[in-house]
Amino acid sequence: MRRWYILLLLPFAGLLYPPLFARETPELFGFPFFYWYQFAWVPLTAGITYLVYRMTRREAAPADRGSGRFRREVSS
Amino acid sequence: MIESFDTDGVAIAVFCALFLFVTVLGFVAARWKRGDLDLLDEWGLGGRRFGTVITWFLLGGDLFTAYTFIAIPALVYAVGAGGFFALPYTILVFPLVFLVMPRLWSVASKHRYVTAADYVKGRYSSRTLATAIAFTGLLATMPYIALQLVGIEFVLKGLGIEGHAPLIIAFAILAAYTYTSGLRAPAMIALVKDTLIYITVIVAVIYIPSKLGGFDNIFSAAGDALPKRDEPGALLPGTPDAQAAYATLALGSAMALFLYPHALTAVLSSRSQDVVRRNMSLLPAWTFLLGLMALFGYMAIAAGLNVAEPNLTVPALFRDMFPSWFVGVAFAAIAIGALVPAAVMSIAAANLFTRNIWKEFVHQECSDREESQVAKITSLLVKVGALAFVLFLPTKFSIDLQLLGGVWMLQTLPAVMIALYTRWFHRWGLLAGWAAGMVSGTWIAMSQDYTPVWDAPLLGVTVYTGLVALFLNLVVAGLLTVVLGSRGRADERDETRAADYDELVETRQPAPTVRAGVA
Repeated sequence: MRRWYILLLLPFAGLLYPPLFARETPELFGFPFFYWYQFAWVPLTAGITYLVYRMTRREAAPADRGSGRFRREVSS
Repeated sequence: MIESFDTDGVAIAVFCALFLFVTVLGFVAARWKRGDLDLLDEWGLGGRRFGTVITWFLLGGDLFTAYTFIAIPALVYAVGAGGFFALPYTILVFPLVFLVMPRLWSVASKHRYVTAADYVKGRYSSRTLATAIAFTGLLATMPYIALQLVGIEFVLKGLGIEGHAPLIIAFAILAAYTYTSGLRAPAMIALVKDTLIYITVIVAVIYIPSKLGGFDNIFSAAGDALPKRDEPGALLPGTPDAQAAYATLALGSAMALFLYPHALTAVLSSRSQDVVRRNMSLLPAWTFLLGLMALFGYMAIAAGLNVAEPNLTVPALFRDMFPSWFVGVAFAAIAIGALVPAAVMSIAAANLFTRNIWKEFVHQECSDREESQVAKITSLLVKVGALAFVLFLPTKFSIDLQLLGGVWMLQTLPAVMIALYTRWFHRWGLLAGWAAGMVSGTWIAMSQDYTPVWDAPLLGVTVYTGLVALFLNLVVAGLLTVVLGSRGRADERDETRAADYDELVETRQPAPTVRAGVA
């Protein structure tokens, strides 16, 4: 389940290497590529974070009921 | 060249009416989610009981400050693409925080920590290291509060009001309701602020381009004008230097943001770890808003506005485009937007001072009542200090210090954030690393005339100073840890347990606010 956290690296890969997106074309709604590409990462990152939140939350669910809590502590 | 504005009666009337409304709210907030305001947990953290919605409004209102809304469009107006680093910065901050902050929330909730320095003290049982962390937080927060005032000042200029009297009145009101209501005041005001900001930006982003012939025209006008500036700007970061500066600024700023005391205060005031995690997927709505606001810089260029100083970009654009009454709404949104972070920052600074300076060095047997009283008075003093900053020192001084603030806060990363995962570093290593980072970061920034980036000699590219200093910090801390080995660790107590960091249960109940000493 911890593997889901790897998804959080995607926005870093997509945004920290400007040569990838410091371009004018293709344009979208009058926005040069550089601008709309970065804007697109906003909902994308929110979606990824939400997915990771949902997937890792299930892991926590048994702890809610008390019995799983002991197991978690032992296994970690 | 636009240097000042005519007074606009209608705009001022709308502005004052909205300001009056939030003032009333600020005082009413004391009765909201009632708690014993004589406890620091209640006054300074709202009783740690805010749910998803309030936390979203509070964190959004707290992190995306009025100064940001003035300064980022101004930067984009002045230099173009370089100023846009704010977008990747505020995108990346949330996945980063998603990983780190829930752990800090859990351990803080378990041990009743109110500040990052509280945690460091518990983790490393080192008063010296904790004091260094608290000192850094106070140092970085003061000029940041002052900048919120600068934000209000530019808005007042936009309304045609000159002179310092209105600023002093606004801050006196803010000080009064922060004193009585604590963190509840900014939390409640944030609801109004955030609504007004969203309305303003959405209207502006639809209305202004329609008057300027669409985004096509706006971008091409900016693309034509920027290279012709005295210091040429550009629509795209073209050179390797510009690109390296862009990426390192985004990453470094994202790493620094949640180390700031005011960010931590808002995080710790939430009800559960789950609320913090859920919010990290909801807060990017603010990022989108900030990105749109950054485009105001290009809109001002396309509208042919020529402002005397970049920070007048947003006021000038709104005055030029909007009818008077909406100018009042928009300016109120920004000015009220300054009050929320200013209040949270002063509360955070007060928490730091009370817990980590007063209780540590002045009066260790401090009662709960005294603790919250000291915090309340400190929050007043901090605001007076910030006001003095703005009234008696050049604005540039606050701006330079705020820039250094980011560099400074980054130096607490090993002791606060890395500590959440490993206790490998030796406490003296951390302290020496911190000192090395603070000195080198400050020195580089000053030698670069307070620009945030540095042509690193060995790397051959331009990078964010804060990251260079952090690198040095980690090297020193690591070397010293290896040298000191296990010596001196016997007396190092760690009051936190591995399980304290992984509390994943949503309590649904407010965390118990136990009076220390009684429990």
